[in-house]
Amino acid sequence: MAKMVRLISKYCGNVRPDSVEDYVKAGGYAALKKAMGMGPLDIIEEVKKSKLMGRGGAAYPTGIKWEQAYSITKNPKYIVCNGDEGEPGTYKDRLMLGQNPLQLIEGMTIAARVLDAREGYIYIRGEYKAIQETVKKAIENAVKAGYLGDNILGTQFSFHLEVVSGAGAYVCGENTALVESIEGKAGRPRIKPPFIKNAGLYLKPTLLNNVETFSCIPYIIDNGGDNFASYGNEHSGGTKLVSLSGNVENRDVYEVPFGITLRELVYEIGGGIPEGRTLKMVQLGGSSGACFPEAVLDTQLCYKDLKSKGISLGSGAVLVLDDSNCIVDFVKCIMEFFVHESCGKCTPCREGNRHILMLVEKFADGTATKADFEKMKRICDTMKYGAFCGLGQTATTALITCLKYFKEEFEEHIEGKCRAGVCSLNGKEAK
Amino acid sequence: MKTVNILIDHINVNVPEGTTILEAAKKVGVSIPTLCYHPDQKVKANCRICLVEVKGSKGLNTACSTTVWDGMEILTNSKMARDARKTVLELILANHPQDCLSCIRNGSCELQKLTNEFGLNKISFDNVVERKAKDNTNPSIVRDSSKCIKCNRCVEACNEVQTVGAIYNSHRSYEYNITTAFDMPLEESTCIYCGQCSLVCPVGAIYEKSDIDKVWAALDNPDMHVVVQTAPAVRVSLGEEFGDGRGGIVTGKMVAALSRLGFNKVFDTDFTADLTILEEGTEFIGRVQNGGTLPMITSCSPGWINFIEKFYPECLPHLSSCKSPQQMFGALAKTYYAEKAGISPDKIFVVSIMPCTAKKYECTREEMRSSGYQDVDVVLTTRELARMIKQAGISFDSLEEEEYDDPFGITTGAGAIFGATGGVMEAALRTVYEVLTKETLQNIDFVAVRGLTGIKEATVNINGMDVKVAVANGIKNARLVLEKIKSGECDYKFIEVMCCPGGCIGGGGQPVGTTNKDRECRICSTYEVDKSMPLRKSHESPAVKAIYEEYLEKPNSHKSHHLLHTHYVDRKNK
Repeated sequence: MAKMVRLISKYCGNVRPDSVEDYVKAGGYAALKKAMGMGPLDIIEEVKKSKLMGRGGAAYPTGIKWEQAYSITKNPKYIVCNGDEGEPGTYKDRLMLGQNPLQLIEGMTIAARVLDAREGYIYIRGEYKAIQETVKKAIENAVKAGYLGDNILGTQFSFHLEVVSGAGAYVCGENTALVESIEGKAGRPRIKPPFIKNAGLYLKPTLLNNVETFSCIPYIIDNGGDNFASYGNEHSGGTKLVSLSGNVENRDVYEVPFGITLRELVYEIGGGIPEGRTLKMVQLGGSSGACFPEAVLDTQLCYKDLKSKGISLGSGAVLVLDDSNCIVDFVKCIMEFFVHESCGKCTPCREGNRHILMLVEKFADGTATKADFEKMKRICDTMKYGAFCGLGQTATTALITCLKYFKEEFEEHIEGKCRAGVCSLNGKEAK
Repeated sequence: MKTVNILIDHINVNVPEGTTILEAAKKVGVSIPTLCYHPDQKVKANCRICLVEVKGSKGLNTACSTTVWDGMEILTNSKMARDARKTVLELILANHPQDCLSCIRNGSCELQKLTNEFGLNKISFDNVVERKAKDNTNPSIVRDSSKCIKCNRCVEACNEVQTVGAIYNSHRSYEYNITTAFDMPLEESTCIYCGQCSLVCPVGAIYEKSDIDKVWAALDNPDMHVVVQTAPAVRVSLGEEFGDGRGGIVTGKMVAALSRLGFNKVFDTDFTADLTILEEGTEFIGRVQNGGTLPMITSCSPGWINFIEKFYPECLPHLSSCKSPQQMFGALAKTYYAEKAGISPDKIFVVSIMPCTAKKYECTREEMRSSGYQDVDVVLTTRELARMIKQAGISFDSLEEEEYDDPFGITTGAGAIFGATGGVMEAALRTVYEVLTKETLQNIDFVAVRGLTGIKEATVNINGMDVKVAVANGIKNARLVLEKIKSGECDYKFIEVMCCPGGCIGGGGQPVGTTNKDRECRICSTYEVDKSMPLRKSHESPAVKAIYEEYLEKPNSHKSHHLLHTHYVDRKNK
């Protein structure tokens, strides 16, 4: 199996991002033309065959999502793209948005064709200011060239796209909060049900997919769902964009087929750990993802295999930490992030994150006691099982998994020892 | 109706499709704890205190928001559910001041009640309470953000029930809080002081500004002649504060309690309600006959006055110039009554017992000094009166009923129904009809304008002319009616607006926790009071006749205008 393939990122770097001319010359918009001659159910069938799963992190089968959206008869319907990419360590959507947004636009236009939607929005992370401009230009040019806007490709089909952005809150990556944000409200999640598919943007039926998911669509329509699926393994179809970061030689976004192992990802594609240090930990899926030691690296990049180890692929961020890092200090950084990003709506997340941070800080200070493990566990469980939205439910994944694999480092801090020499342990000295 | 079979704590129960776990659990005698849940509001599911376990579900489910499905198995008391609920409660308490004993909601606090039920003996997490300054600079409402548990019930009351939007949730994470725009004091916000937020607050984060001490001071002062008036709506709600059922009629006991507290005279606002009908009815007839601004809108609800002044000043000409009954009373107490009783008005202290927080503001308005003094000195809410009675150790239940004092004690059923939405309109119609037609009204019950519907309409034929009237129940509906007036599609001649849902019986000063069920019961009692009265039309009141003969001459006379009417101010562009 090839360690790297370029199905969805193949035009990145080879076309001017806002040039319809370049994109078409390279082979772009062939899928839309093909889709115009296909029935909606045929398109959905190809997507189902592709085994494409939502690439934002929730991994919901895209074909099924589209089928459900199609079967809803209420109109109008909206197509929304989640380009919030707030998950730390994830920068794959930035690649697609920045280097080949027309592929995403084409994917969304095909979705609009399926659902007979007239309007769509690309919600782009507040911090991606320059990219927002690139995507806007790409939209403008696509409209000029007749691939978007009124009477697409000379037909009766019209679809209008707009770029929107919030102020950079992490929670806006949560679908309902994202929709609230597009509506001009504060980014806070909505109660579910109703689900986005029934009552999303402006309470109308809404199809919401990630940048990468939509960007897969042109390839799938062009080459067939089976072809796309064949690049992956039995359970996970196609390829995945992964964002490598941390203590690894080659930090970049890579397109890899499902089925390669995490070890191959870190050591072969990523080039291993620099400066002759050893790997301590990998976190998969961003700050809300699981942390695990070297021993778990032979797991395949595959939704099912990962799930069997209690790990979720999430956004496909791979953060590598070498032995110069302290686990307690790392978790502290993660919790600082979630304390900052909690929207504050529900009790477990609003109050829980800060208490967990305070408790982790006690470990970093050397003032924690064994009883603090129990306190952390109580809050972790309550957040995981009882928070309002995905943010609160996954904010403690890093802590929970670090306590599973690296508990002895926490225990050492109680004794006044930080093996990486990172934590100040000031409280301990003061004692 | 389609039903589903579910298993709650191993007990089989059949419930209609769409029932929530919370409602279904009640059927098997399980009361799941709640905080953000309110029976009259949307499901919010943000406090997470109602978490339960549902077999097959990934995590825990909130009972308030999860509807049951056929075959659902629910465990309300599994270890997982109990642990999570306890942790949620402890997280709330770690950020809640522990000064329950001196809190205004001591004994009526939902958080305190839950903590008691949970049997907590310690809070495991560090105290993170950040004491913020109270917002208590306005005459009506106090906000103590430190106590807020962020349930958002007040937000719904302010934004969706009343469409005022003075407060909303703001900021994020642990800085998330309920506040005004730019954290301005309430008096600089769009707040109309209706106090509906204080009715739904589960804790002591929003409450009426207490004026009890001012009243005790006046009662303790031997030089002061302290008179009290009680609004129509208080007699059907006060009993609830003493464990009486919903909407019990406690007029006689209330009068007795007030005498016991030491008030020199106990009067009835129903008297000036009757007077309002004469003044307002006459004003309406005048507007119809002389081409004045129509529709005319009632003006007895001070929250409503605040709303129209702040939001729709361009509609002010539609407002009746009549003061509210409480302010008419104040003006007459320090003029007519002072003369009659031979007491200098500066030695008369007027206290009002009102179901209302906006009345506290109303009595401080500079227009409300027709007697040369502040006409009404202090307004107490129903809640504050209950507190005073408790402070005095008076056993409310065992009181012998007493009668109101003269001359402001003789009243009619028309005055009594001012407390319910539609009541002012009905009372006005009873009088306007008879005055104009000189005929006796056969059926005096205008049922079409009664009840909790948002906007109620009726058409009455008077002297061959169809007079279309409307009643707006609550500010949200008042807004709709005003928009209709502005767009020119309004064919009403006369409109009643009550600020609070249900009218004064649902006022912001009524017992905390007031629900729509309570409102319905109080409305029922209000019409019972009406039915039981020997006189049910304001213009038949001998006391009203007497005051015109002795003092005011006739409705809308020069003297009436001076004492009983007022003017309004554009506060939108201030």
